[in-house]
Amino acid sequence: MTDVQSYLETPSSPNLKGIRAWLLTTDHKRIGILYMISILFWFCIAVTLGLLLRTELMAEGKTLMGSETYNAVFTLHGVIMVFLFIIPGIPAIFGNFLLPIQIGSDDVFFPRLNLLSWYLYIFGGILAVVSLFSGGPPDTGWTFYVPFSIQTESGVTFTVLAAFILGMSSMLTGINFITTIHRLRIKTMGWMQMPLFTWSLYATAWVQLLATPILSITLLLIVAERIFGIGLFDPGRGGDPILYQHLFWMYSHPAVYIMILPAMGVVSEIMPVFSRKAIFGYKAIVSSTLAIAIAGSLVWAHHMFTSGMSDTAVFVFSLLTFVVAIPSAIKVFSWVSTMYKGSILMTPPLFFALCFIYLFSVGGLTGLVLGAAGTNIHVHDTHFVVGHFHFVMFGGAGFAFFAALHFWWPKMFGRMYNFRNAYRAAILITIGFILHYIPMLILGLQGMPRRYYNYLPRFEAGNFFAGIGGFIMVTGIMLMLVNLVQGLRKGAPAVGNPWGGTTLEWSVPSPPPLHNFVDQPSVKSYPYDFTDIIQQQAGSKQV
Amino acid sequence: MESSSHEHIISYAKLFGVLCSLLSFTAITIGVSRMDLGALNIWVAILIAACKASFILLFFMHLHYETRLLKITFVGTIGCLAILIGFVFWDISFR
Repeated sequence: MTDVQSYLETPSSPNLKGIRAWLLTTDHKRIGILYMISILFWFCIAVTLGLLLRTELMAEGKTLMGSETYNAVFTLHGVIMVFLFIIPGIPAIFGNFLLPIQIGSDDVFFPRLNLLSWYLYIFGGILAVVSLFSGGPPDTGWTFYVPFSIQTESGVTFTVLAAFILGMSSMLTGINFITTIHRLRIKTMGWMQMPLFTWSLYATAWVQLLATPILSITLLLIVAERIFGIGLFDPGRGGDPILYQHLFWMYSHPAVYIMILPAMGVVSEIMPVFSRKAIFGYKAIVSSTLAIAIAGSLVWAHHMFTSGMSDTAVFVFSLLTFVVAIPSAIKVFSWVSTMYKGSILMTPPLFFALCFIYLFSVGGLTGLVLGAAGTNIHVHDTHFVVGHFHFVMFGGAGFAFFAALHFWWPKMFGRMYNFRNAYRAAILITIGFILHYIPMLILGLQGMPRRYYNYLPRFEAGNFFAGIGGFIMVTGIMLMLVNLVQGLRKGAPAVGNPWGGTTLEWSVPSPPPLHNFVDQPSVKSYPYDFTDIIQQQAGSKQV
Repeated sequence: MESSSHEHIISYAKLFGVLCSLLSFTAITIGVSRMDLGALNIWVAILIAACKASFILLFFMHLHYETRLLKITFVGTIGCLAILIGFVFWDISFR
């Protein structure tokens, strides 16, 4: 297997050499790596901004920055984390790299469109930077709520256009994935033989495709309001500011599922591999994935319980919010049940996946506090909300992203990494995470509003501890990234199937060749059948 | 590949007819906006906009001549849009 040239040594076109072989590539794996480099770059920027925020809040009054700068920093932290890291993170990197391999294909259906998506992503990122220097950094928060976003003189227009361009990138990726799964799936692979990560990407792609245009149009309406003053959201001219919130959350709540569904797909891949046991409830997980995608698209107005919308809408959207908890819980129970009586092998990816289950569950349960209209009114726009969504977004999607990095790193680069350092990093990140976000939940319940530059003296201890947690967490993240990069140079070569996985990506060499498969892929009747793996391991022990 | 590759050439007369329909609908939109129909105003506006969009999709964008799969995809998307817009009325109709 190892004498086959990998995609890293073979450009997609023989005419392309050096940097051009990367910047003009149409190979889905190289595009995945391009995404990885750019997404990790933005992740590091956003983490730095977040740490600056928390350092500012560690003590009362001004410590690092003024209030105007603080507004700009939390806006950029949110915009970058949401649009440039979490939304594209797992689908663009791991989806691009793995989806075609998992379904037995040699590329995505539209390879050039795939490259265009990456260029749009880069262009969107550059526009976000330009917005810093065009009338001052944006200060609206990532939600761009009217009327402030229409009235502020900061560079919101460019930030909004950046989000619009990034939305286009996301939609094109979604179209590509849906078409690829329908058209390029190997003939012998039925829908119920598809790996769960592919299923999660499929559900995500539909949400991307149906929800993103709403945000795109809404963002253009903000630009139109700012430039032409058409009055769509201005009550003085017959407009409705609450309509903006409806339109914004119509995308931005499903966006939560664009972030979390692929994360759930990652965990669904990792749990059976390291439990050496078929996933519990394959069909239930597939159904719950689709159910989350559908139900999750109908709950947006739970972000608006205090905005002045009708009580009927509050009742309906609160009820629907609770419905989403059911398929989410089905997944959690399925993962835990997969481990039951399994032959568990602890590895860094499994460690991150286990942390995901715990932290995501806390995020989900605190979400129910916010989904119930009665309690929501008390904690709305407090630090409780900040704590909750970081538990879901970072504790969920972020930890799954780290798990995916550790799980598929050997496949992508053909090198292992240092396990001890990976565990150290994972423990630091987890402890730091808990110390960072639990105080926010408590501060919120005590009444500390979100996005405030200063606070009452009684909130100082909580903010101080949160800051300490932030530093521990960032130390862990740095250690994790350094360890992975070091693995590229010093790590032991990875075999084709280092973990004993059963899906098709583990049947190709590490790293895979340009056209993915050396031999015709053989599809199992059930994608998580570990019989062969267990027999191989038993055989090697006897020898 | 299921998508049909042959071209559909629509006559100028038909295209002109569609254009006239669209202009007529625009005139109706303006006319209706000056009438007070209460809660019905918004439904009438949405209905007219939907008719105009349908004409454009069916004839200018050739959906009328496409395969069943594309038509189903389109109707599905319109269904999703209708649900999303409909859900906004849980708020607007009960304020």
